[in-house]
Amino acid sequence: MSTKTETKLPTINDDTELTDTVAPDEAALTLAKQDNKDEYKELAIQGLWKNNPGLVQLLGLCPLLAVTATVTNALGLGLATLLVLVCSNTTVSAIRHWVPKEIRIPIFVLIIASFVTCVQLLMNAYTYGIYQSLGIFLPLIVTNCAIIGRAEAYASKNPIKQASFDGLMMGLGFALVLIVLGAIREVLGQGTLFDGANLLLGDWATVLRIEVIHLDSQFLLAILPPGAFIAMGFIIALKNAIDSYIKQRQPKKSDKAIERIRVNFDS
Amino acid sequence: MAFWIASSPHNHSKAETSALMRLVIYAVLPGIFAQWYFFGWGNIIHILLAITTVLFCEFIVLSLRNKKNIRKQLFDGSAILTAILLGICLPAIAPWWISIIGAVFAVVVVKQLYGGLGHNPFNPAMAAYVMLLISFPLQMTSWQPPLALMTIDLDLANTLSVIFTDFTKEGYSVQQLRTSVDGFTMATPLDTLKTNTGLGLTVFESMENSVFGEHFSLGWEWINAAFFIGGLVLIAKKAIAWQTPLSFLLSLFICSFIAYSISPDSSASTMFHWLSGGCMLGAFFILTDPVTGATSTKGRLIVGALAGLLVYLIRTFGGYPDGIAFAVLLCNMAAPLIDQYTRPRTYGHQTKEKQGEAK
Repeated sequence: MSTKTETKLPTINDDTELTDTVAPDEAALTLAKQDNKDEYKELAIQGLWKNNPGLVQLLGLCPLLAVTATVTNALGLGLATLLVLVCSNTTVSAIRHWVPKEIRIPIFVLIIASFVTCVQLLMNAYTYGIYQSLGIFLPLIVTNCAIIGRAEAYASKNPIKQASFDGLMMGLGFALVLIVLGAIREVLGQGTLFDGANLLLGDWATVLRIEVIHLDSQFLLAILPPGAFIAMGFIIALKNAIDSYIKQRQPKKSDKAIERIRVNFDS
Repeated sequence: MAFWIASSPHNHSKAETSALMRLVIYAVLPGIFAQWYFFGWGNIIHILLAITTVLFCEFIVLSLRNKKNIRKQLFDGSAILTAILLGICLPAIAPWWISIIGAVFAVVVVKQLYGGLGHNPFNPAMAAYVMLLISFPLQMTSWQPPLALMTIDLDLANTLSVIFTDFTKEGYSVQQLRTSVDGFTMATPLDTLKTNTGLGLTVFESMENSVFGEHFSLGWEWINAAFFIGGLVLIAKKAIAWQTPLSFLLSLFICSFIAYSISPDSSASTMFHWLSGGCMLGAFFILTDPVTGATSTKGRLIVGALAGLLVYLIRTFGGYPDGIAFAVLLCNMAAPLIDQYTRPRTYGHQTKEKQGEAK
């Protein structure tokens, strides 16, 4: 028995030695990859659901409530915010080692403002209609707390890749809330969806316009800002309801697991 | 054996919510009858529509909230009273979906989402009315003239047909119903007065319009008088406190009296303000809502006076002809604060000033 193990041992040792030289790197790499994957997954979950800037952090409420009367407007503002958020997060993360801590906020604001100016000029050039209907709320992206919040809380402390991914996910989360709110308000207010999508996406997009219900008279409350507040309240309530439903279901599973163990012990 | 020692107050009034609500509903009846007499079946149809919707919505929300004893809560009368008040406020020939949307909003959003009866910060009927007025300005301002002035006979079948299809059986539209013999669209007295004053006519000149009738405003004066009588009954039965309506009416009287004595050409008389629009309904049935109004005696006086001032200001300077609903909502918002500063002294405790003297 002992000899067998002794004879076997070296081979195993050899194997382990062989793998040892490679394994740490591979293991570390796979671990790091796993970590990275987990981190990205976590970032995505945080941005889209758990820490959604629109629904949970309630940041950037002003544009959220003001311009979401139609899906098209919401999509336009959502895309603009997304673009600015990704660019600003990347830039802030890239220069994070050279920014003095004392004056970081003005620097972040300058970076965001320059990107907003770019987006504004681009929209002025290519999607003039939506540029006009968004009005003041396009330049006001500069003051959107969701963007400076991400720059301060995440981008200024993390590497470029993660920071830009975080910007993408947070921007997507914000844009999704905008679109859902826009859809609710447009259906209730005018009975249509994607009305005026051609202003944003080009002439082909006129086919996107769907008339959900034909309304003789507009439901003005849904189009006016108070309707946005009420609809937003309902969306947040729905999100909380889903969360509490998921929470309720989880402990039941663990209860069952404990019961099984007890049964095994008894038997 | 332990003696059961109750804390004060020892004298309870045995009134239940449902009994109180039933009394208020009975007191509204003369007003509804007057409305029926002058404006036809429209309001009664809207009241019935609203009651059906309200009960349906209340049942759904209460079962969603896993409430026990749904039947008792459903028929405690509060929802039905809300529906009745909403139905009274609507223009008689408004389309059917107006009262349905209003009733759903009143019960689901204004009442139940805040926690149900006793927890709503705003009067459900008035909040729903304001929502409708803001959302559907055209339908909500299409008041028909009193039946006596109408060129088209508006019986029950015709009213039903107008409410559900927008046209009478003979094919007249809402707009045609509102047109007088000489081709003008007739509006409510308050609306007419507002438009005419805007055009530069004096009050006396506009008073010659037929909607004003012989006295102040045809039909409306009797409706308001009926609500006034109902309100007096409620006060006599101690269902509502007298402070709110009194200070409301006094405040409106004083405001309009000052304006009328300064410039009688451009301001309506005090009695016109009292007897037109929803003045009496607001004073006795809406401002006195025990849930959303003030609770202390002083607080009620202040809330009533504030509401009177607001109604006068909105009627005279605002964009809408009548301001009861807006004034009520604003006062509902202010009521908790007013209550906090007018809390009565607890028996046995000293007031702050006296405490200072004692020290």
